[in-house]
Amino acid sequence: MTVVTDAAGRTPACPLDLRLVLDPDQYAAGTALVLAGPLADGDVLLDEVVPARAPWSAVVAAGDVLTIVDVGANQSADCLLYSADDTAERYSVPDTIAWGGNVYVRTGTVLRSNEGNPLATVIANEVDRQDTIGGACGKESNTLRYGHHTAAEHGCRENFLAQAAAYGMGARDLVSNLNWFMNVPVEADGTLGIVDGISGPGKRVAFRAEMDILVLVSNCPQMNNPCNDFNPTPLRMIVTEGAA
Amino acid sequence: MVSVADEHETGTVFSARADARARGGKVADAMPYVPASSTPFPPPGVAPEALTWAETVAGGGYTHKVVARGTRVRLADVTGEACAHVLVYNAMEPWERLNVADTVKIPWQAYLGAGHPLLSGDGRVLATVTADDTGRHDALCGTSTAKANRARYGDSAPQGPSPSGRELFTLAAAKHGLAPRDLPPSVSFFQGVLVGADGGLTFAGSAGPGKSVELLAELPLIILIANVPHPADPRPRYTCGPLRVHAWRARPTSPADPRWAATPEANRYYLNTADYAAARGI
Repeated sequence: MTVVTDAAGRTPACPLDLRLVLDPDQYAAGTALVLAGPLADGDVLLDEVVPARAPWSAVVAAGDVLTIVDVGANQSADCLLYSADDTAERYSVPDTIAWGGNVYVRTGTVLRSNEGNPLATVIANEVDRQDTIGGACGKESNTLRYGHHTAAEHGCRENFLAQAAAYGMGARDLVSNLNWFMNVPVEADGTLGIVDGISGPGKRVAFRAEMDILVLVSNCPQMNNPCNDFNPTPLRMIVTEGAA
Repeated sequence: MVSVADEHETGTVFSARADARARGGKVADAMPYVPASSTPFPPPGVAPEALTWAETVAGGGYTHKVVARGTRVRLADVTGEACAHVLVYNAMEPWERLNVADTVKIPWQAYLGAGHPLLSGDGRVLATVTADDTGRHDALCGTSTAKANRARYGDSAPQGPSPSGRELFTLAAAKHGLAPRDLPPSVSFFQGVLVGADGGLTFAGSAGPGKSVELLAELPLIILIANVPHPADPRPRYTCGPLRVHAWRARPTSPADPRWAATPEANRYYLNTADYAAARGI
């Protein structure tokens, strides 16, 4: 039996058969899947592949680093962060933007909570800019953007709700989010929107937890805009232990 | 020196009662006007007896109200120094609430202005911005936090000289049974922020005194307003002027309004909202 490994000989965990999840024939013609490794040194504490369209979550301890790998290129990883000790304190788009003075997320951006506290800091990033103003798709918002015939399609809001429920959270706990590997330019007159991605196979972003954080991710299932190149692909999530 | 206590005769229950009752009928710079028709500042073109909410909110103050579907809410910046941070909730299911990402993404526009919807995350429009003579608003930076105001002004407490928006929202929300987890990112009116080509923010500030915006409630709403300096306001002093709030009964957006079908997205958020209202029997 073939075992899938990365260049370092490591095999990530996966809730589905990893050989199928990483089989290019499962995706659009020409899809390249690159199982890049972590962007930070340190012992690997967690290594999982998130299948296309699926949710994911984990607690990342203060000081540890989460690397997210865009395995199949331009796959939006919608992401919410919460203080693991008190989930009422959670990621805040406006606090991140207002404190940082910039709408784009890049290396050095501090991801702040609704109390203004640092939840995490982006320590490495292989994409020019990451999005945090485009929000998440969902069945209901899809009806506005694309028409009522899309209402049956699964969305990130549904992934977030499913994953949040596992932690006793619900609709009150969903707020505007990060979109790793999604591209949302803002024109001079304020026009904005999701356009073709600027990521690529195996490109990565990594952030260090500044407190113990709960991370929810929706591997975006959207099929009506270029946030995942109309081709949902897997993500790899790697947590490495921070320097002591 | 005469103390405040020296001005009052409150030694017995009878004298305390008389002293308390002697305070009634006074006027303050910031106060609600009840009934609303008694406002000294009725909006032009609105019959005072149609008003359902009339109030002046001080800089550093907050207010909140539950309003009916079809209510028009006019916010006026008296001095050009107000900054009205606003959160809206479906009053019947308050976990449906303002979603700033959908509010900028669905209309393909980051800057709020006349015709812009305040959308929930549930594919519906909670309120429409029906009038605006400023073009200086913000849906990106949210409101201020205790941490930011302590660092910036030395204090953030509601009882202090420089309250933060989040702490005022926390109090306003609590009066409707809502907790801190019910406070999503907010929008603000009267102080603008612009996004540069590199994503950098520039504080554009106010369009001057006497400006106003009007919101139309498309569903029954809980409205929370905190009137505090914009978080990107670079001025070192806590600077915030009075905000006038007036509301009156009108009707929600209907197919008779050009905005009902101004864009494909608008058509569908008005349709979804009307569909919800019809099913609820409101």
